[in-house]
Amino acid sequence: MAGTALRGRLSWRVATVTAVVDETPRVRSLQLDIPDWPGHLAGQHVDVRLATEDGYRAERPYSIASAPGEAPVITVERLEHGEVSPYLTEDVRPGDAFEIRGPIGGYFLWRPDDGGPLFLAAGGSGVAPMRAILRHRRHSMSKVKARLLYSSRTVEDIIYRAELAGEEVVHTLTRAQPPGWTGYTRRVDAGVLREVAWPADEQPLAFVCGPTSFVESVAGDLVALGYAPGRIKTERFGATGGR
Amino acid sequence: MKRETDTGLVSRGFRGRRRSASADPARVPPGQSVTRDFPVLSAGPTPHTPLDQWTFSIENGGVLRTWMWEEFRALPSEPVTADIHCVTRWSKLDTNWQGVSVDTLLAEVDHHADYVLVLCDGGYTTNLPIDDVTGGKAWVVHTYEGEPLDHEHGGPARLLVPHLYFWKSAKWVRGLRLLDEDEPGFWETYGYHMYGDPWREQRYAGD
Repeated sequence: MAGTALRGRLSWRVATVTAVVDETPRVRSLQLDIPDWPGHLAGQHVDVRLATEDGYRAERPYSIASAPGEAPVITVERLEHGEVSPYLTEDVRPGDAFEIRGPIGGYFLWRPDDGGPLFLAAGGSGVAPMRAILRHRRHSMSKVKARLLYSSRTVEDIIYRAELAGEEVVHTLTRAQPPGWTGYTRRVDAGVLREVAWPADEQPLAFVCGPTSFVESVAGDLVALGYAPGRIKTERFGATGGR
Repeated sequence: MKRETDTGLVSRGFRGRRRSASADPARVPPGQSVTRDFPVLSAGPTPHTPLDQWTFSIENGGVLRTWMWEEFRALPSEPVTADIHCVTRWSKLDTNWQGVSVDTLLAEVDHHADYVLVLCDGGYTTNLPIDDVTGGKAWVVHTYEGEPLDHEHGGPARLLVPHLYFWKSAKWVRGLRLLDEDEPGFWETYGYHMYGDPWREQRYAGD
């Protein structure tokens, strides 16, 4: 199991930014080159450490947004009063380097052998590990059926918009919708989940990632719909600006 | 683009915000930032065990002692003010709790255990040396800032072991299993540190 793979010491490595992708006006993905990167599983995260010349350091965890076998990518949302995210989304450019350690985490992850059906629910930048899972499913030719329910504020806030345009993704836009929008237009609630999530009798495996309020309500609603609590894996980020 | 210093890599153009001036640096372990919020972290849905079905048990293979909710609440409670430190890098200072000392609970059983495995709703567990939950260092708390503890923060009762990373302060606690040998709990199985001292930054196995 993944836990055993993590038993070795996690050392800090130098990650060099090789490509920058502006996903939305507030969100940027950084592709990283990390010598001796041991590879990662879908759903794991890394710790990023920035340092100033006088030795001050700031560390934050970020989900890995790329599939196993691909170069590690982190997707960072700029938080208005953040310390690390403004730097990573505005100042960093290809060739810059910072310290990183990982991959970390043995629970919020999906491997093809874990099966499904997979129901993924993401709020905002909580979609990052879901992209890793969906890509991994595709690359591994998994037959497991999967659906992603993805909540964003506006169409401009949809991260990985082109990649998440397929039929396996159901969008909701909670703040504003463009003309002709046919997706959902409200926060994810029990009614939306009843229509979008796989029926509980199929014994789905659910992953929920987003702000605490989103995760609390979605995970609770899935339990109410009959999902087994032990098959609902959650990852949250809160006001500390973790992700 | 980058330079090496004695302490490692410098991030070009990163200035950092330092710690908030209001926080005493001696109270904030390395790698932590002080927050005024109370973030929520857990691996799955929040359990809601009704109080009339809630019990707290001490076991060692067999059950040694069980309290119903009303019995547990009748035990002497004490106020605790503590700084808490989450492995996800936030610290919160001067949090106020009320709860039953683990000393009070363990005084009711005869044991020679060296470790405990904390048992919780939803199958969550975490492991601690007995010396870290006795001697006035750990409580089963039911009140936070004068109010009954919210479900999302571990209510009706959670463990409070403020001197270790906060995942050791397990939410939705329902019992203690007394052990002779250390045994990894939930996050410890998934690569987190067996002990979790924030002042030594024992976040992950091997730290």
